[in-house]
Amino acid sequence: MSSPTKIITGLACALALAASAPAEVKVGQPFPQLAGFALEGALPSLEGQVVLVDFWATWCAPCKASFPAYSELARELAGRGFVLLAVSVDKTRGPYDEFLKRFAPAFPTVRDGAQKLVAEVQVPAMPTSYLIDRHGVLRSVHSGFHGADTVRSLREEIIRLLEEKP
Amino acid sequence: MKSPRLLLLVLAGLTTLLAGCTTVHPWERAALADYAMRPDRDPVHNTMMEHIYFSREASSGGRGVGGSGCGCN
Repeated sequence: MSSPTKIITGLACALALAASAPAEVKVGQPFPQLAGFALEGALPSLEGQVVLVDFWATWCAPCKASFPAYSELARELAGRGFVLLAVSVDKTRGPYDEFLKRFAPAFPTVRDGAQKLVAEVQVPAMPTSYLIDRHGVLRSVHSGFHGADTVRSLREEIIRLLEEKP
Repeated sequence: MKSPRLLLLVLAGLTTLLAGCTTVHPWERAALADYAMRPDRDPVHNTMMEHIYFSREASSGGRGVGGSGCGCN
């Protein structure tokens, strides 16, 4: 390979790398295994459960609004094979701890301080929740929190997934 | 100019331009969401800015303040 061709190939590769980004997780695909992302906090057992993974942050106003509603949803569907897991993308621990103390959610939370999981999933907005079926397959994505509308559609979808045969 | 050289130049230019681009992802907006980033966080500053706009651009309404544009109100 001649020298200009080598340089051109190298530049083309650099260009391709600069333009590329991790692929967004799509509906119908397996959701990434959470255990592989060094999340801070205890992960609940998700095996064979319908899981709602909610990405949030303390600086995100709609996330704050979603917590009381999601707590109610988690309480309502507790013991039916449903787990709501909130994943904070806060880089620092202080605001995260304060937030949890203030809101005392009725569901488990973990912190993705290194923002590896959120970057892998390519969350389109804050907050975004991912509904995963008993087999670990992503079934729907809810971008943002739109109050009662979001809660209603989530409840319907979760109940539908809970009624599916394992 | 020979074709490979031109291609080289274009690619080098594109690489340089793209390397300077960045996307602030939704999960990276903590600093942008901070209260200090709000342009209307200081009421005194707001009043002063409105007065300046009113004085300088009264013909276009001065950010909602009515008047002649003398800046003397």
